[in-house]
Amino acid sequence: MKLVIAIIKPFKLEEVRDALVAVGVQGMTASEVKGYGRQKGHTEIYRGAEYAVNFLPKIRIEVAVPSERVGAVVDAIITSAKTGQIGDGKIFVTTIDEAVRIRTGETDVDAL
Amino acid sequence: MKRESLYGRVAIRGAGALSVACAALAASAPQALAQEAAGRIDAGDTAWMISATGLVLMMTIPGLALFYCGMVRKKNVLATMAQSFACTALCSLLWFAIGYSLSFVGDGAALGTLQQLFLHRSTMAAVSPFAPTIPELVFMAYQMAFAIITVALVAGSVADRMRFSAFLWFAAGWLIFVYVPVAHWVWGGGFLARAGILDFAGGTVVHLNAGIAGLVAAYVVGKRHGYGTDNFAPYDLSLAVIGTGLLWVGWLGFNGGSALGANARAAFAIAATHLAACAGALTWMFLEWWTRGKPSVLGMITGAVAGLGTITPASGFVLPWQGVVIGVIAGAVCFWACTWLKLKAGYDDSLDVFGVHGVGGATGTLLTGVFAVAVLSANPESPAGAAGLLEGNARQLLIQLYGVVVVLVWSGVLTYVLLKVIAFLLPLRVTRQHEIEGLDLTQHGEALQ
Repeated sequence: MKLVIAIIKPFKLEEVRDALVAVGVQGMTASEVKGYGRQKGHTEIYRGAEYAVNFLPKIRIEVAVPSERVGAVVDAIITSAKTGQIGDGKIFVTTIDEAVRIRTGETDVDAL
Repeated sequence: MKRESLYGRVAIRGAGALSVACAALAASAPQALAQEAAGRIDAGDTAWMISATGLVLMMTIPGLALFYCGMVRKKNVLATMAQSFACTALCSLLWFAIGYSLSFVGDGAALGTLQQLFLHRSTMAAVSPFAPTIPELVFMAYQMAFAIITVALVAGSVADRMRFSAFLWFAAGWLIFVYVPVAHWVWGGGFLARAGILDFAGGTVVHLNAGIAGLVAAYVVGKRHGYGTDNFAPYDLSLAVIGTGLLWVGWLGFNGGSALGANARAAFAIAATHLAACAGALTWMFLEWWTRGKPSVLGMITGAVAGLGTITPASGFVLPWQGVVIGVIAGAVCFWACTWLKLKAGYDDSLDVFGVHGVGGATGTLLTGVFAVAVLSANPESPAGAAGLLEGNARQLLIQLYGVVVVLVWSGVLTYVLLKVIAFLLPLRVTRQHEIEGLDLTQHGEALQ
């Protein structure tokens, strides 16, 4: 089992969701987060006062999938979240040790 | 409001009203005034002035409360609203108790009288000599709404750091010792009125007065922790946009109502006011677009308020096209004050009370002396009306300058003294830890989630 974590641009969330549903993903978790990478932040000006905004709003998606599906899921995110501009985000994949469905007690791949 | 002379507004209503007012002025007892005036109350004037009173009150709650709270950080939103709200309640009671009487009852050079303390002489038929066609209580309430917003305006300069308790003391003291005398001098028959100052709806009394007080308060209370280094970006400018809209609409009652009647002069004031707001908003927007690359929403709304504040003293004295010119000048001058002067001078006026209202109020008061069109203020009592520099009356500009200097010095000095006295009794600002945590939680025990 793998956990795919993707940091994407907020306005891409629906496109990414549609793409993941299309490759058979049944559930995901999305949260509003702030962060920056090479894009750095941006500058905001209020009546002449300039503020450097280092942390930009992003969406973090988490999807748990059977190991053999990781490639398709990652490809789906890349295709749907890409704009070609800086700040498109990143994808991290890690291994999941255990998974449990709380309602039924099913474990591991059955729980995904 | 016909404010350049005690009798001018009366004369507009014709000889009947004139004789009433003269009799009223001659009479020493307000009771006699009330009886003489019975039956002269005009339904149209009264209806408009009741409406205008509501519009001006709406400017503070919720107009100014939203305008201000949208520009502070999330942790100080409620505290900023609390200042406007508490100011409304506190200043209204003080106005009822003593403020109205000292401002508008009696025509001493320096101050009114104590004859109307707690409005105890109010009768069904009572009128003020300043507005003889509407019930005195309508005039009282209308002026009350002006007093409220003037004090509430000052709060913007010390937002994010002033203790709520200290602010309440300041609001009460400032209303009595600064606002009331200035209102009397300019509008209540005091020495500036006698000198011939033109201030239709509050360039000196409201905007310059609050602006200078804001500047002094910003210096005395000190800069916010993290000023110049931390990110002070506004929490929610959409609230400020809504607040500006309420201010703008309310301003039609603020300036239009200052004609103190439902008449053509109110229409001229409303036309000039609205056009100045539009011109101010666009001027600021284009200047910012040109110099900073983007036309910000905060810039547009600030420009509109600058135009509104600046046209205020001139509104009943100028033609519509002059309102546009004054609005353009307002947008440019206030833009300069907020984006250059403030940074150069290094004071931390949180919400630019001085840059917008102080600079705008002074500019507008002086421009009134330039643009005043005599025919708009002409009446049977003074058939010549009040002419400005463009009509060949250079002296008017000097009178305006005199008024600006007097209000600047009085408001500046008294604000300083008042704050120092309060600081002797209790701290003016919250502790650094509380400032970092936010005033909502530390001053009021509440917070936005």
